[in-house]
Formats: sequence, C-alpha cells, structure tokens
Amino acid sequence: MKAVFLAAAATIALGVASGAAQAGPTLDAIKQRGFVQCGVNTGLAGFGNPDSAGNWTGLDVDYCRAVAVALFNDPNKVKFTPLSAQQRFPAIQSGEVDLLSRNTTVTLTRDTSVGLNFAPVTYYDGQGFMVPKKLGVKSAKELSGATVCVQSGTTTELNLADYFRTNNLQYNPVVIESVDEVNAAYFAGRCDVLTTDASGLAGTRAAVAPNPDDHIILPEIISKEPLAPAVRHGDDQWFDIVKWTVYGAIAAEEKGITSKNLDEFLTSKDPEIQRMLGVAPGMGGALGLDDKWLYNVIKKMGNYGEIFERNVGVKTPLKLERGLNALWTKGGMQYAMPFR
Amino acid sequence: MTGTVENTAPPAMAEERPPVATVGPLAWVRNNLFNTWYNALLTVLIVWAVLRVVPPLVDWLVIKAHGFGAPPQECRADLGGACWAFVAEKLRFIMFGMFPYDEQWRPLLVIVIFIALLGASCDRRFWHAWFGLVWLAGLAVVGVLMWGGVLGLTPVENTYWGGLPLTLILSVIGLAVAFPFSILLALGRRSTMPAVKAICVTYIELIRGVPLISLLFMASVMFPLFLPTGVTVDKLLRAQVAFILFAAAYMAEAIRGGLQAIPKGQYEAADGLGLSYWQKMGKVILPQALAISIPPLVNTFISFFKDTSLVIIIGLYDLLGSAKAALTDPSWRGFYREAYLFIGLIYWAFCFFMSKYSQRLERDLNRSRRH
Repeated sequence: MKAVFLAAAATIALGVASGAAQAGPTLDAIKQRGFVQCGVNTGLAGFGNPDSAGNWTGLDVDYCRAVAVALFNDPNKVKFTPLSAQQRFPAIQSGEVDLLSRNTTVTLTRDTSVGLNFAPVTYYDGQGFMVPKKLGVKSAKELSGATVCVQSGTTTELNLADYFRTNNLQYNPVVIESVDEVNAAYFAGRCDVLTTDASGLAGTRAAVAPNPDDHIILPEIISKEPLAPAVRHGDDQWFDIVKWTVYGAIAAEEKGITSKNLDEFLTSKDPEIQRMLGVAPGMGGALGLDDKWLYNVIKKMGNYGEIFERNVGVKTPLKLERGLNALWTKGGMQYAMPFR
Repeated sequence: MTGTVENTAPPAMAEERPPVATVGPLAWVRNNLFNTWYNALLTVLIVWAVLRVVPPLVDWLVIKAHGFGAPPQECRADLGGACWAFVAEKLRFIMFGMFPYDEQWRPLLVIVIFIALLGASCDRRFWHAWFGLVWLAGLAVVGVLMWGGVLGLTPVENTYWGGLPLTLILSVIGLAVAFPFSILLALGRRSTMPAVKAICVTYIELIRGVPLISLLFMASVMFPLFLPTGVTVDKLLRAQVAFILFAAAYMAEAIRGGLQAIPKGQYEAADGLGLSYWQKMGKVILPQALAISIPPLVNTFISFFKDTSLVIIIGLYDLLGSAKAALTDPSWRGFYREAYLFIGLIYWAFCFFMSKYSQRLERDLNRSRRH
C-alpha cells in the first residue's frame, strides 16, 4: 500500500516537475552562494556515508568534492544533502540540490521524463548472486527452487523476477526492506541466495561475512547498473562542468597523473597534458572555469583510480576489484573524451 | 510462704511451625505455580523457555562481548559476542548526527536542557504561569545552541542537526505546539457553531485518514515542487509542521473523549453560574476533561516520540537515522544488533519514563473521582 502511494506520488511529482521552468545559470548561482549543493545517499558504504566524526566520505561524495574543487579549489565548499531513494529526483528537479551524486542508475526515462542529464558513468555495476560454497552451485541457472534474499522496492527485486521467469526457474523470494537485514537473513541461513548489485555482494562478502571464503559470487550478471552523477535539464554549461570533471579524473589516470606526481607533469611536452593542467590555456575558459581547474581537482582529489581505491578498492573493507571500472586500456570501460 | 504460688500462666507451648505444605516458599510455589495441571505445564514451559533464551543472551550481551576498544576485525572474527566497540566508536555520531564534531558539546547541552525542563515540568510545584516563560527561555537557549551564529558560536545549519537532539526537538516542540491547537480542535468539534464544527471535523478526519508517512512525504517531496524554482522552505521546518498537524488531530480526539465524559451537570452548573464560554471551559470543563484524557494523551505522546523516527524517509538523521547511517561505515558494517539495541534502550527509557509519570499524574489528578 505504501509502495503504491509512493509510486503514485512520485508520478504526480514527475508530472509537475516536467512542466516547471528551469533555473538560470547554475554556475552563477553557485558562485554567489559559495558552495555546491550536492545530493548524496543517506548511507551507502563506500559510495556515500558519514564517518564517525560526521564527515562525508565515499566515491559519490568525492565527485561532489571534485566539482567543488573545480569551482572553488576547496573540497569542503559542498553542502551535502542526504536523500532517500524517493526524494532524490524531486530534490534535483526542485533545485534543492545542484548535483545528484547518489549511486543513480542511468536509464532512458530518467534521462528524459525525469528531466536529468547524466554525466559519464563513475561506477559500472550489475546485479549478481552470492551463494554459500557448500551448496556446490556454479551458475545461476542451477538455482531453481532456491530461496532468494532480496531488498524490497529496488530494481533488484524486479530484475530478479525477470531473470527467473526468462529462464523458467522457480524461486521463493525473501523480501526485506533494509540492506543490513537482508544480509543478516542470508548469513543466518534463511535463504540460499543473496542478490544485489555485484559491488554490494563483494562488499558484503568481504566485510560482513563471518568467513568470506565460505561464499562465492556466481558469474552471471543479470542487469546493467551504470551509476552516474546527474544534473537537471536546462543548464548546459553546468552539465559540461560536471561531465568534464568526471572525464578529467579518468583522463588523468590514463596519462598516469596522480595527486602525488602531478607537479612533475607541469613540464610535460604532451600537448594534451598541457591543456589538461592549464599549462596551455583554453580548456578551463571554455567551461567557464579557471584554467587550473583540473590541476586543482587532481591535486586535491586524485585521479579516478585514486578515488576508486581510496573508497571502495581492494585495500578498503569493501575490497572491490576494478573490473569493468578499469581503464579501457586495461580491459575496463572507463574512457575519457579527448581534452582538445 | 504458706504455699506455693501457682503459676497461672499456661505452660509455655513449644512454638510449632505450621505444616510445610501450607506456608513457606515451597507451599507458595505449589499453590501458585503448580496448583492445577495446566498451570504446572505452563510453569514448566516458561522455565524451559527462559533457560533457553536467557543464558545465550547474557552470553552474547556480556560474557562473550568484545571490549569497547576492540577493532572491527576482532568483533567480526567472533560474532558470538556483542561488539560494543561499535557503539563506543559511533556514540557521538549516533547521539549527535552530522553536528560539527568539535561543537558537539552544544547538542549535548541541549539534551541536558530538554531533560531538565521535562523533569522539572513533572513537579507540580513548578505548575505556574511563570514556568511557561522558563520553557520559552529554555527553548531559546536550545535554539541558540543548535543554530549558533551569536555569542561567538559557529553557525550550524539545521541540515546538520541530528541524533537525539533532533528527535527531542521534533517531538517536544511538535507536541508542545500541537497541544493548544488540539484543545481548540476538540472544542471546535463539540461546538454548536456549524462552520467551526465543520472545519474542525474536516481537518481531524482528513489528517487522521492519511498515514503520517504520507504527510511527511508530501511535506518533503511534493511541497517543494509547488514552489517557484529557487524558493525552498527548510526541510526540517516542513517535517516539523507535518508532525504538528498530525499530532494535533490525534490529540484533539483524545481530548474530545475527555470532554464527552464530563457529566452534563457540570456544563449546566457552569452555565448556571453565569460563566462565559471560555470561563466555563477554562475553569470547569477542561481541567476535568484533560485529567480524564491523560491515558489516551500519553499514548499519543509515546507513539509520537517514536514516530519521529519516520523522518528517516526524508533524509533527516534522527536517532534511528543516525544509527542507520553509522552502520554504513565500510569498516563497521553489520553490527546492527548492537546499534538497534542501543537506540532501543534510549527510546525505551524515554517512553517508560513518560508512562510511569503519567500513571502518577493520573492518580494525583483524578483523586476526586476515585471511589
């Protein structure tokens, strides 16, 4: 009943929003205000979560900070607005936030009728399955008759139903609202299979499982979940800034530029590096920013690889591999457009 | 000595104890726990259940629990014991949410002020008009402490408020503002003026007819979309207003119950004395009606105190929200039992206190009604 109401309310909300007038140039408003308003998750480990002292950390959070650095050369000139899944789109539509960096999957309807413009993908994810090793299951195709723990109200639940129907498999869903309780149900043996985004499975196995080696993640990835920051329709300049901040971090990794060795590249002969770091002017000006914008971003936040490893990488409790998020030169899909 | 004086007292009887079967602990057990076959069965079942549940619980809570300084890896290696280190590590975040770390003495002080004000309000010696001013002053201090910006305090926007102070602000201010409003609604609903009555009935039935979560959702998600772009009304204020609207409707119905329970003679007597409507209500009817309404009102208070945790759906970090957010720290995931037990204890302490106090209040105020 609640879900029906929320869905109805969201539909009305979207209808209202698509008719709403667009704000003036976002960049001017932000500069005048002195900080970027960024919508983040109310708590998703490694992507957007407050630490013990209440400071925001995570991959999505670092992109908010990166945009703030591009504008103000200060990663703290951000006001984080934690948003629930239902709130996130109205918040960006109504102008409550300038930037939505909240593990949001890019889809056609969100790009169109919801009124969002998606920056490049910062994390390629997809839904997978985890099972206890002792079941001896090697493929999701062998899961017929299984009891599956799944979080309610997510696309995960729908993908699960689709996948089992498509493959003519029977299953019993155990649907639970909170992600922690879903995990607990799985580890308590209430179900045979745990399903959520692969990143979540890996993190759960590494950080929550009593013994990580007792569980395996099956090879099937049953959905595409490209997660990207988004801005609202109607301000192309602001969209460009967010977009190229994401590209900039990837491009820096492609060129081997890190926050540590950044200054050595200031004397680089590579014309693209010169343009990126503002040694050769023009790029920043085209975006309406200082020519040093990307230099500052890399100095303060690091390149894509550094952001990834710091928040979710193998040295963190989440222990995520780069996988699809490796550079295109290393078998992944992260690819920056040319800085020219 | 002409004879022996007879000792008229009867010879001291040996103190004989009553049979063991009728007094003493053994008899009590027999008479109360094993007096019929089904009671005996129940006793055995309950003892068995307690033995099954309590030792493992104590084991987990205390005996096998990890120390306050234990790193998460140590806790995770042995999940047979509670990881109180999680609560120790996250205590300040759970209690104060996002409030700037170095300034957290301010929300701590706010909690102290709230508890002091609530505690003092329970004492009837403070039940005077001037105590209302003390409350206003207290709330002003709370506002200054939370917002800052004056007296050299760093300004803190209310989006950074969280934890227990936020729960207390939402519930205490919500109930305090809703209370007078609800009295008017209750009176309006009983009014003979058709327009007033219609408005009050419509309001109460409309608000009671929707779930609180939908009101909060309207306030936080829909409302901003009806405003011109760029105009935003504070998120906390929107939630607070939604709470007040909701609480007022429920309390109005509790008070109406009290009003209806007052015998007609009281109304007629007050009319007979030539009192005006407000004098009649203020001096005769309401004092009695409110005293009768205490149990349903406290019921509403308690449920509202806990309902504030629904603000989690609009991204505010009340006590429950901050505990949930604390659980998303990658290093400390999975210790939700400890987190929920801890905040459950805090909620319980407040609700238990309210309930106990209301029992006392009921006894004191309804003395005249007891037979």
